[in-house]
Amino acid sequence: MNREHIIGKSVPRKEGRDKVTGKSQYVDDMVLPNMFFGATVRSQIPRGHIRKITFGPGVAWEELVIVSAKDIPGKNCIALIGDDQPCLATDVVNHPEEPILLLAHPDRHLLAKVVEAVSIEYDPLPGIFTMEESERLAQIIWGQDNIFKTYMIEKGDVDSIWAKADYIVEGEYSTGAQEQLYIENNGMIAAFDAAQGITVWGSLQCPYYIHKALMALCNLPAEKVRVVQMETGGAFGGKEEYPSMIAAHAALLAMKAGRPVKIIYDRLEDMAATTKRHPSRTRHRTAVSRDGKILGGEIDFTIDGGAYLTLSPVVLSRGAIHAGGPYYWPSVRIRAKAVATNTPPHGAFRGFGAPQSLFAMERHMDRIAHTIGISPVEIRRRNFLQPGQATTTEQVVREPINLGELLDRALQLSEYHSKHLRFNGENQSGDVRKGMGIAAFLHGAGFTGSGERYLSSVVGAEGCADGNVRVLVSSTEFGQGTKTVLSQIAAEALNLPYENVSMAQPDTLEVPNSGPTVASRTVMVVGKLVQSAALGIAQTLVSSGLLHEGYSRDEFRIACQQHVATHGQFRCWSRYEAPSGIFWDDEKYRGEAYAAFAWAVYVAEVTIDLTTYSVSVDDFVALQEVGKVLHPVLARGQIIGGVAQGIGFSLYEKVIWQNGRMLNGQMTNYIMPTSSDLPPIRVFFEELGNVHGAYGAKGIGELPMDGPAPAIVNAVEDALGVRFDSVPLLPEDIMDGLNSVRLSASSPQNKPSSVGGAR
Amino acid sequence: MTDPRQNQAKSEISFTVNDEPRKVRAYPMERLLDVLRHQLELTGAKEGCGEGECGSCAVLMDGTLVNSCLIPVLQAAGTSIVTIEGLAAGEQLHDLQKAFLECGGAQCGICTPGMILAACHLLNGKSNPTLAEIQEGLSGNLCRCTGYSQILEAVREAARRRRSA
Repeated sequence: MNREHIIGKSVPRKEGRDKVTGKSQYVDDMVLPNMFFGATVRSQIPRGHIRKITFGPGVAWEELVIVSAKDIPGKNCIALIGDDQPCLATDVVNHPEEPILLLAHPDRHLLAKVVEAVSIEYDPLPGIFTMEESERLAQIIWGQDNIFKTYMIEKGDVDSIWAKADYIVEGEYSTGAQEQLYIENNGMIAAFDAAQGITVWGSLQCPYYIHKALMALCNLPAEKVRVVQMETGGAFGGKEEYPSMIAAHAALLAMKAGRPVKIIYDRLEDMAATTKRHPSRTRHRTAVSRDGKILGGEIDFTIDGGAYLTLSPVVLSRGAIHAGGPYYWPSVRIRAKAVATNTPPHGAFRGFGAPQSLFAMERHMDRIAHTIGISPVEIRRRNFLQPGQATTTEQVVREPINLGELLDRALQLSEYHSKHLRFNGENQSGDVRKGMGIAAFLHGAGFTGSGERYLSSVVGAEGCADGNVRVLVSSTEFGQGTKTVLSQIAAEALNLPYENVSMAQPDTLEVPNSGPTVASRTVMVVGKLVQSAALGIAQTLVSSGLLHEGYSRDEFRIACQQHVATHGQFRCWSRYEAPSGIFWDDEKYRGEAYAAFAWAVYVAEVTIDLTTYSVSVDDFVALQEVGKVLHPVLARGQIIGGVAQGIGFSLYEKVIWQNGRMLNGQMTNYIMPTSSDLPPIRVFFEELGNVHGAYGAKGIGELPMDGPAPAIVNAVEDALGVRFDSVPLLPEDIMDGLNSVRLSASSPQNKPSSVGGAR
Repeated sequence: MTDPRQNQAKSEISFTVNDEPRKVRAYPMERLLDVLRHQLELTGAKEGCGEGECGSCAVLMDGTLVNSCLIPVLQAAGTSIVTIEGLAAGEQLHDLQKAFLECGGAQCGICTPGMILAACHLLNGKSNPTLAEIQEGLSGNLCRCTGYSQILEAVREAARRRRSA
């Protein structure tokens, strides 16, 4: 039979028509009869005891529904990894903007005034706001030692290598918090009735995370909690865990009010109260041979988790595993630590720890190159992982990836060598300086280690009465193209037209738990399950005699209709099974960390204006190996969008903190790139395939976040000859850097910490 | 209960929305965005920031691109407003809507209505804009998903088709 392939084609986005016509229903577009609006009264201080709550004059308080922790039927926590984060603070607050009380009223415009009329008196306690304060135990604010989690990854005998080193290169690198800045703010609607229990509709990534949190909070059985995802206007990790908090608040208000309650954050509240990317600090100490080979090293990776555990252990894990980059380390010791501070908890954001540790790795590679006097190109080429070699967790690279060739292609596409040479000449005079920077990196797809086994995701496919097929997953669409690509996979598996496959709305009443929509796992892991559930439909039809192998599309439709007419609801399920031969040791943090890695080399070309100190990215080449590209337009869109966020992370987006509170929580003072700020982002793919992913796909969503920051800062150093080791890198930082070099012209940069080791 | 708008009376305000004459009763200083969304149930215009930075609430008012979160509804009296709901002719998509679909100009979709109206405004003034002019024309509309490239391509493609039609 002549098969028409859908995989690899840029079919129209499933929900695209509704999006371009404005018909898509986001949570704030939904109205329920008799609905109230909810608002949150939050802590005004970073840490302290709540002494007294006063409901001020001028407000008809009897018109309001008021919820405090006393109204929580179950456990006062947002159940996730740990149970330390309260849904509503009772006597202690641990960060600014911590929720204390909830209010609901039919007029949404009145609520802001009413929130201001609640005054809370505190007995303040001293807070800690930096990783360093947390480490030196200036105050104990969490557990015994302010430490949420530590990991150690150890390979080979690091302690013995220092004596053999020709060079020992040290560096410290840091990254700032970053706001996800989805354009749709967080929001949730809840409704309650005694018979059906609680239902929430909202802007969210992970229906079953909310489901679990609401069961614990409301003390309800699974069947009495229903979570429905509305069209979601961007997420990027920012709607992974915090929506459980908002759903919990809406649910409590709805239960008390006896009517539906809608909570929609405005931008200021969303920026101030919800999660951001973890700030990080990474220290490298690396033993290098004269010919530029890494002999071994120590990497200390620390992240600021904020006031509660939330997802910090998992972010830390991914950051630690990616800390060694795409390089071969004969020996290495990676110590990773997440610490507590009195800021709102930091959380998931595209890349999930990897952009932080990879920024350090890739800046450090340039430092090593400069120290030993070889080029940034050569230092990478000499240390790239080769097939057959093992990563820092002893995961053997089994696929035929050739990073040297990937690098060569990226250099060629960016005209790296000729431009580098030309800029070096031109940089001797004039008002601008130009530079080229490289970042090479990898990104693991799916949950780490045994994570996918614990998730044990389930996917369903349904043969419908009209003969079409519907995919049942809890994987959510928030711009990446989940609905489109999973439909393509099912259509390809069944040899059906794309139009004949639809996606069920993620609704826990309807769809199984196919895991959270995170970790670049949807296409690779869930997609593979969709493929097998879809094939189950065809196999059932064949084995029941309704269909023969090599069927036509019409024959499939008729057989499916007959099956439903005879047997009723027709669904096939597929559950995740770990591939055989996959080994992971959770104790030693050793083994197959990810089912697949995507690989990439990015090159940035920058200009620095010596009058304004502003940096513009003039060209950006993003070359990656991502397995099979299932949908070229969407895949390219993911890469460009990720690079744009990475450019924001590098050059624009700075969260200004004061005592744990974000001061610039508006789009006027927290600056993300506009259409005028971005260079052409040129995207290129290599496609090696991947045996673990649907039709050879690997994860793609997070990868492009990892490369821009180091590539850009490496380019800035290339242009100016001055080292910068933190992002965001703003014009004032560049001015300070240049001035301090001018002042201390005698202290040369890139001096090796020690030369010749202890020999 | 104290209403922050108690000193104002609601007025009757008339304007045209998507070629239909509409009449609303609203406080004069109510935001056009709220009137469109809540009274007229035209929810295509979105609130992203509430302070005129993001452009997701953009609509055309007498042919000019405005952020409807900054427009008191009284200011819209007597004007002709076009929202995203008014672009397609029945089932027939507007050429910009088609191009956004094909080029990948819409990802999460939340900025899309405002972005398409900004593009519409741009192409109404310039039939063959340069890349820099498109970038400039859309720079008041923030998109966090796409990195803009595929949006710019969509606008260029729509302009090209319109010129060759």
